[in-house]
Amino acid sequence: MQLRPEIRLLLNDRIVTRARLGATETLLDFLRLDQRLRGTKEGCAEGDCGACTVLVGRLGPDGLVYEPVNACIRFLASCDGCHVVTVEHLRGADGGLHPVQRAMVEHHGSQCGFCTPGFVMALYALWMANPHPSEAQLERALQGNLCRCTGYAPIIRAGLAMGGYGTTDPLIAERAQVSAQLQAWQDGARVDVADGESRAILPASVDDLARVLAEHPEARIIAGATDVGLWVTKFLRDLPLAVFIGHLDGLRGITETDDALHIGAMVSYSQAYGPLMAEFPHMARYWDRIAGWQVRSMGTLGGNIANGSPIGDTPPPFIALGARLVLRQGEARRELPLEEFFLDYGKQDRRAGEFVESIILPKPAPDTLHAAYKISKRRDEDISAVAAGFAVTVQGGAIAGARLAFGGMAATPKRAAQAEAALIGQPFALESLQAAADALRDDFTPLSDMRASAAYRMRAAQNLLIRFWHESQGTPAMLEDAS
Amino acid sequence: MKDDPRNTQSRVKGAAHDSLIHDSAIKHVTGQAEYVDDITEPAGCLHGYIGGAGIAHGRITALDLDAVRAAPGVVAVLSAADIPGRNDVSPTGLMDEPILTGDLVQYHGQPVFFVVAETRDLARRACALARIDYDRLAAAIDIDAAEDAGYPDVTAPLKLERGQVDAALASAPHRISGQMRVGGQDHMYLEGQIALAVPGEDDEVTVYASTQHPSEAQHMVAHALGVPSNAVVINVRRMGGGFGGKETQMNLFCALSAVAAKKLGRAVKLRPDRDQDMEITGKRHDFRIDYDLGFDDQGRILGVDGVFAARCGWSSDLSGPVTDRALFHADNAYYYPAVKLRSRPLKTNTVSNTAFRGFGGPQGVIAAERMIEEIAYALGRDPLEIRRANFYRDGGDITPYHQTVEDNILHRLVDELEASSDYQARRKAVLDFNAARGVIRKGIALTPVKFGISFTATWYNQAGALLHVYNDGSIHLNHGGTEMGQGLYTKVAQVVAEAFQVDIDRIKITKTTTEKVPNTSATAASSGSDLNGMAALDACNQIKARLVEFAARHWGVDADAVQFLPGHVAVGAQMVPFNEFIHAAYMARVQLSAAGFYKTPEIHWDRAAGKGQPFYYFAYGAACAEVSIDTLSGETRVDRADVLHDVGRSLNPALDLGQVEGAFVQGMGWLTSEELWWDDAGRLRTHAPSTYKIPLASDRPRIFNVRLADWSENVKPTIKRSKAVGEPPFMLPISVFEAIGMAVASVADYRECPRLDAPATPERVLMAVERLRG
Repeated sequence: MQLRPEIRLLLNDRIVTRARLGATETLLDFLRLDQRLRGTKEGCAEGDCGACTVLVGRLGPDGLVYEPVNACIRFLASCDGCHVVTVEHLRGADGGLHPVQRAMVEHHGSQCGFCTPGFVMALYALWMANPHPSEAQLERALQGNLCRCTGYAPIIRAGLAMGGYGTTDPLIAERAQVSAQLQAWQDGARVDVADGESRAILPASVDDLARVLAEHPEARIIAGATDVGLWVTKFLRDLPLAVFIGHLDGLRGITETDDALHIGAMVSYSQAYGPLMAEFPHMARYWDRIAGWQVRSMGTLGGNIANGSPIGDTPPPFIALGARLVLRQGEARRELPLEEFFLDYGKQDRRAGEFVESIILPKPAPDTLHAAYKISKRRDEDISAVAAGFAVTVQGGAIAGARLAFGGMAATPKRAAQAEAALIGQPFALESLQAAADALRDDFTPLSDMRASAAYRMRAAQNLLIRFWHESQGTPAMLEDAS
Repeated sequence: MKDDPRNTQSRVKGAAHDSLIHDSAIKHVTGQAEYVDDITEPAGCLHGYIGGAGIAHGRITALDLDAVRAAPGVVAVLSAADIPGRNDVSPTGLMDEPILTGDLVQYHGQPVFFVVAETRDLARRACALARIDYDRLAAAIDIDAAEDAGYPDVTAPLKLERGQVDAALASAPHRISGQMRVGGQDHMYLEGQIALAVPGEDDEVTVYASTQHPSEAQHMVAHALGVPSNAVVINVRRMGGGFGGKETQMNLFCALSAVAAKKLGRAVKLRPDRDQDMEITGKRHDFRIDYDLGFDDQGRILGVDGVFAARCGWSSDLSGPVTDRALFHADNAYYYPAVKLRSRPLKTNTVSNTAFRGFGGPQGVIAAERMIEEIAYALGRDPLEIRRANFYRDGGDITPYHQTVEDNILHRLVDELEASSDYQARRKAVLDFNAARGVIRKGIALTPVKFGISFTATWYNQAGALLHVYNDGSIHLNHGGTEMGQGLYTKVAQVVAEAFQVDIDRIKITKTTTEKVPNTSATAASSGSDLNGMAALDACNQIKARLVEFAARHWGVDADAVQFLPGHVAVGAQMVPFNEFIHAAYMARVQLSAAGFYKTPEIHWDRAAGKGQPFYYFAYGAACAEVSIDTLSGETRVDRADVLHDVGRSLNPALDLGQVEGAFVQGMGWLTSEELWWDDAGRLRTHAPSTYKIPLASDRPRIFNVRLADWSENVKPTIKRSKAVGEPPFMLPISVFEAIGMAVASVADYRECPRLDAPATPERVLMAVERLRG
């Protein structure tokens, strides 16, 4: 095993190497404090406002792909072998504005200007993929960017017009050169760097990860860092030893068998979207409401599950689908139903040195109705007050099977056993759903907090079963479907 | 004749009324616009962080900072005793706001000590090592608790009274009393609070700060240091948003960084993280409004008795003028024949609430609109009919503060909006839609805004500017207003470009600094352009007068033969290019610099009597909003909003449109998704964007038609007959709130006023639906 005691990355048009580096140095601090690139702003340091949006280009199986990320909660160590692109890089060599910047200027898309570099970078990421987006596509691309001044209208106008300002672009011009550089850096080495008491390891492969964890079962595994990032920026927690795994292509695959999708633990929300929605179209709207683009690019399905949060987005719909988890420890693997992974608040069935390797999502069973619902104070980029995944099998007018999973209702994502029992064997009718809704009171005793009161959580959860019924009858029961 | 500029250039670039881009737009999109945290720090710059109290109310019995002092990188730890001057930053001089508290803790997070370290990270980490012991006292977190505990007002309440309200209510054919709760709002400026203090020689210090009120920051720093104001310079080029949150709230950060910088002889930067920023800086006041209302069969209001109780927090800050302004706007656009309005600015054990766009006005306006709703539901009428029946009539009606409304344009404005939004047909369609009794319900509402323009603190209505014309013909513009994104710098430069008839590129817009214009007022109350535009114009006119006098003498023509034309000055028949003209004036020893000044005329206010003319004029607007609600989840969506807003003769229609659109969405946030939530221990738990939800792009109205009333002209001789624009449109989305109410009311066939409280979160909407369903 080759060891490399430094990270190296391309920052705009410069190569940067760092040997002295702990696990907790963020990309944003590196940019602003170390590199003095101050176009990238800190608005919240928790991945919610997007003022720090930069692009990270990574050479994967599909070639060089740039995605927007929140530099505030992205750890620098995880940028090894990547191309980091900041707002300073957009301006042409002649000082001219980039098409996205021109569109923003001409449509009065900035007022105070503090959020603007972040918006420019998110729009830029979209422009690269789709220079003529629709309003809906723009809104989705900008879910991770807050603006307090403009009311967004001029930014959307700029986004609608940005395809009309030509194609002069540094990343298009440099693509071959950057790809070659990143390719040359793929040395198959394990990266091991440290700064004082904090050490970061980037295993060379999945097998190497298994070895690293066998040696260091106490290590903190970091996937997309969309939660661990906050431990550092908000709670100032130390990370003596972190093992970064987001870069492992061996955990980023999605394979399809006759009866299931096998999803590598490091598949991001963005990456999962296409394959998942092809198989489970009922999750499309739900997926659109998970975080913003930056977090969807960073955050991984395996991380969301392994994190064990009672309000994680993926467990409720996945549990409803009958998802199974594959855990690996050294060379040993075991498989368990997803709901059994969550033992208690902050406690999961993961042994020291074990890691989530993949998620198996069975394809929809015949005669089964599916739904995935999320309720939050704000429609997009918010944490659920209540989330639910339903799978109800109806045969001959009667309910033959029911999997009702909820988030936000208990200390863990959890199935509603009493409500499920209330459905089994009953006719598929509103009265049955109402009986199940009543039974939810026996399943859950939710908490009151800043997101919702216990009473609201319970009532909304009950009503989601009623919504499910209406939708099964083709009756509009969601705002998106109202004429 | 081809060279005659009268033929070649009919208009200068960037003249008044042009839709010019924001002066910093290119710097914004390229990341080159410099905010305080982007300034290259002086060598040896240290970083400060504030250590706060861990309880909401109590006395500090022991403060052990040894571990903090011993932490890596820590250079100094300051507590209350280390403030060399006055340990106070109360803006109205009530001396009730210590910078650091040494004894009494009055809210959770209250600053107790200040750590200065080699890096910000080390300062933050050191803060966590303090050990503070307390004698806990019972805490009153909200309005009801404060009342129950017999807490005092933080400042003197106001009463506005006209007519015999008790008699009017007693004899009214209809009478309704009710209560409404309106939530607060965090500013959530994207750039948080920040100050960078650089010590100078002797008693001097320079502070770079994100502030709307450099002069006040200057005075506060001077008081904290115990030095005269002339020792302190405050600089601010731009803020990353202010919205009122940097009118007084930056004083704390300026004072602490300056005290540390002078003590240590090194630059000190202080930037709280977002959580601390939200925990220790004030917000929009939440209100509980009790109203007693009498009206006739036609829905005409006969009498209003209202009590406006506000959660002010632990100190007075600006709660006096904020709660005053709530009363000033409790009539919104409606004439109350008999009225009594009282404020209750209650002390609570929470962060001290402060200015926020509208400054109490929105809470007054929403109460007025609630009363209109009450009447409409009681009489089974379209609320728009009730609104019209109560609009101030032209020229005669007087407000609860005894000012005659003389410039009302709401009749025309609302008529136009009603037509352009197709209100009547859409209201019918909404009623039809709801008649199907589906899960999704709709609502529509058209609401007006009348907003008084001027600081109610009359002495604040003054401004200064400093203008230099250099002998190469370039112009240096400075004024006391601050730039927070609203485009003030651009607008004032347009005024100057217009005055001299030069392209705006010739004018250098420069940072606001207490060194150039003294004794400035906060850039607040929507007054920035009104005041600073006029002050800059005064400076222009002084220089122009000297230039005309010079030209007449120099070229031997009559003064009225000297004219400023685009890029040139016409002197008789001769066209002199501006550069040459200025150079000639310089050679003739003409003073090419002037300090301009302006004070708003006519206004006066007797607070004790509750009478006067506090406002120079009113700005108007109206909005029609249509919404859908999900009666199973309480989620809402704004399907369409149409806005027609009055900015007089706009100085810059593009920037003004941006203010209206932005205010609308910000106001929507206040009334829908933005909720402040304290736990039982008095700790704010919505203290970052992960828990405090301001609108996103996808929350803005699905169809959003915003227009300026381009026919409007200020009847008062304001700068170019424009009107203030910052705050008035913030109240337009009350239409959204009322439309949500209508959708809720549909579940009980509109028999009952829905009496929604704000913000209308999914939870409040669902609970209101359930309540009406019984």
